[in-house]
Amino acid sequence: MPSTVRRLVELDNGLTVILQPSHASSLISLWAWYRVGSGDERPGQTGISHWVEHMNFKGTARLSREAMTGIVERHGGFWNGYTWIDQTTYVSTAHRDALDDLLLLESERMSACTYDAAEIEPERTVIISELQGSENDPDQVLETEVTATAMKVHPYRHPTIGWRGDLETMTREDLVGHYERYYAPDNATIVIAGDIDPDDALTRVARAFGAIAPSGVKAPARTTEPEQQGERRVSVERPGHVGYVKLAHHAPAFAHADFAPMLVLDAVLAGARGLNLWCSYKALGSQRSSRLYRALVDTSLASAVQGALMPTRDAFLHYVSITAADGVALEAVQEAAAAAIDATITGGVPEEEVQRARRQLHARMVFEGDSVTNIAHQAGYFQTLGALDAYDALPARLAAVTPDDVRRVAGLYLHPANRTSGFLRPGGGA
Amino acid sequence: MNPLAAASPQKRLTRRRLPSGATIVARRNGITPAVTFMLAFDAGSAFDPPSRPGLAAFTARMIDRGTPEYTADALAEEIEGRGASIEVTSNRQCLTFTATCLDDDFEAMVSLAARMAQAPAFPPDQLELRRHETLTRLAQDAENTGARASARFFERLYGDGHPYAHPPRGTQAAIEALTRDDLVAYHRARVRPAFLTAAIVGDVDEERACDALARALDGWTVDDEAPSRALPAPVPPAVRDVSVIDVAGKSQSDIAYGFLGPGRLDPAYYAYWVMNTVLGQFGMGGRLGENIRERQGMAYYAYSSFDAARIPGPVLVRAGVDPANVDRTIAAIDHEIARIAADGVTQAERDDAVRYLIGSIPRLLETNAGTAQFLVTVEQFGLGEDFEARLPGLLSAVTAEDASAAAAALDPSKAVLAVAGPS
Repeated sequence: MPSTVRRLVELDNGLTVILQPSHASSLISLWAWYRVGSGDERPGQTGISHWVEHMNFKGTARLSREAMTGIVERHGGFWNGYTWIDQTTYVSTAHRDALDDLLLLESERMSACTYDAAEIEPERTVIISELQGSENDPDQVLETEVTATAMKVHPYRHPTIGWRGDLETMTREDLVGHYERYYAPDNATIVIAGDIDPDDALTRVARAFGAIAPSGVKAPARTTEPEQQGERRVSVERPGHVGYVKLAHHAPAFAHADFAPMLVLDAVLAGARGLNLWCSYKALGSQRSSRLYRALVDTSLASAVQGALMPTRDAFLHYVSITAADGVALEAVQEAAAAAIDATITGGVPEEEVQRARRQLHARMVFEGDSVTNIAHQAGYFQTLGALDAYDALPARLAAVTPDDVRRVAGLYLHPANRTSGFLRPGGGA
Repeated sequence: MNPLAAASPQKRLTRRRLPSGATIVARRNGITPAVTFMLAFDAGSAFDPPSRPGLAAFTARMIDRGTPEYTADALAEEIEGRGASIEVTSNRQCLTFTATCLDDDFEAMVSLAARMAQAPAFPPDQLELRRHETLTRLAQDAENTGARASARFFERLYGDGHPYAHPPRGTQAAIEALTRDDLVAYHRARVRPAFLTAAIVGDVDEERACDALARALDGWTVDDEAPSRALPAPVPPAVRDVSVIDVAGKSQSDIAYGFLGPGRLDPAYYAYWVMNTVLGQFGMGGRLGENIRERQGMAYYAYSSFDAARIPGPVLVRAGVDPANVDRTIAAIDHEIARIAADGVTQAERDDAVRYLIGSIPRLLETNAGTAQFLVTVEQFGLGEDFEARLPGLLSAVTAEDASAAAAALDPSKAVLAVAGPS
């Protein structure tokens, strides 16, 4: 949940620092966030943010590759990183005594990664292996196709891992250029949640990062996606027996006033999933009281259905992802899903369902605050979107959502002309 | 003793043993106004009748689909309407209810979960829906290289007929043949209070939490004699066993490679834990990750895991690689296994691993769900109420020689190996 004890400070070099004490355990979680993701990439360099993330585990001026991981693990810590469309981030969660070591690691990562030439080619093949792993997943393959069909010009259309041709041709100079441009204090946020004294922690952060010069970087302009003017369809054929259907509709950005009613609508359609990409999307299966579950799974058309409205800086997509039941025509699955969606436009959503969706969302937001790692993630994620205030206001935004709001956004965003329908059609063996 | 662990004294724990044989443990955590609880029954797929592989998993899929008081839809409304979740899962050992709810809803949800466990209705219409759904999941597994490699690995490691050998989700033929009577009989035999270990963690008073669950379980008695929970010891493979499974249309091959390790209560357990951390966990996947990912750039993931059960559990190496690199990757795994078996674990590696494992104990307990799982495991294996406090000492006591002795048991000429991917 949005916090009342959080402290936000900007250092002279532009670094944003967020401190959120929580003394439930001896742990601290430190996240370093950069305002750069695949939404900032151009054709020819797709996947570069994610590749740079990988390279930034491979050694700095003062820390060898082994030392970078060892520094966290000596404290029993956990570390990782991820890249998505608006952000690149690094996390470590460890005992409170690790704070100075973790700050050293992140300050080195911000300013002194070495990009050893010998590390480039092995990492290229590691990332291509990661891409191949995602290509093994039919749902992921379909998502890539549907996204690139629904988004014609906005860079959100590129998969975060990048297109294979770009991964095969990017150079060390490309990677270093991207790193030097975006890894700077005025493009970053450091979040520390957990067993800290905020004054003491701020002093340590300033000591670790204060001397790093700002870069004056500005995010590149992103082309606005033009309005979609009719349903789009895309098919992928793969060996196998199981079919998948995915529906995508253009949806509002997180800070937009329509996001809260869309979140309620998503919960009505597919069950509330929450807003924490670090934890919520891993945990929850299909929700059986949702409209789409009843229309698809309870009727034996599908074995699973999930919705996703993810918080993003620019307008992105609302997804409905369906695993078709064995032997069912994919068109029938798509039609049943579309009919359930269209019913929210024509018939609206009664007050009782809106209230239930709001209760679900409230509970999910409480559950998302069950650890210092998750608490710190949320603060950094929304600060990086430039929408921390909108996140803090979300409970009030949700409380204000009326059935009329939900019907209005259903008509505005989920109408058929705003829809892309994707089909993964199973075929014979290769 | 690690000073980090010493700085974090064990938190209070309330433990209750009911006359029915059920055990309840509870711990308060007030970080957020929510509660997670787990009801774990010794009723996993290892107890599937040999002719009905998948029965435990199917029982788990059906057990939350109605009680005498609630239809399946009404249950979903009751749970999801509060924003809560009660998920039922199964693995080889356990059938487990895992619930998360707001603190205000705890008593209602624990009462509902206990009722679902005690008196599932198994309505026939739901049975056909879930059967259809399960068959689709089996078809998905058949197209999943990771699932195929893992299933074959367990089949060959434990050997035909061993309760750990078959895939927990069962087979198409078995799922098609299951009847409601099978579910009723399995539930009556295995989902019983004497086989229940429950943990409650969150923003709730421990005594109140135990009282609520004890009340919800009150009156649940099963007169039939309890079936055996004993599992036969597996026989380690005498020779290297290699399977190659063709999965068409895939970009990547999955490798599962490994051996039988010790059981959870084996004195060598902690030495294996430290050894496995060196082999395939520390840093970017231990020695395996360093070789396969970092030096050779062949895989996004390459690591080993060690999953001890009441019987010997697997030491399992996993890697996902370009199909063209399968042989090179297997050679690299063989090399690292042979090297650690012959040369052992260095003192520096042992020190890093032990320090890491001790320091990571608070993270195991970071979330309510993590703590609940930890407490259930402690109870199921009888590790003792003071286990959390003793664990740093148990790890510190592992010497480099102990970890090396664990490694010496690994022999590539006796490895079980399954590769699934495009031919």
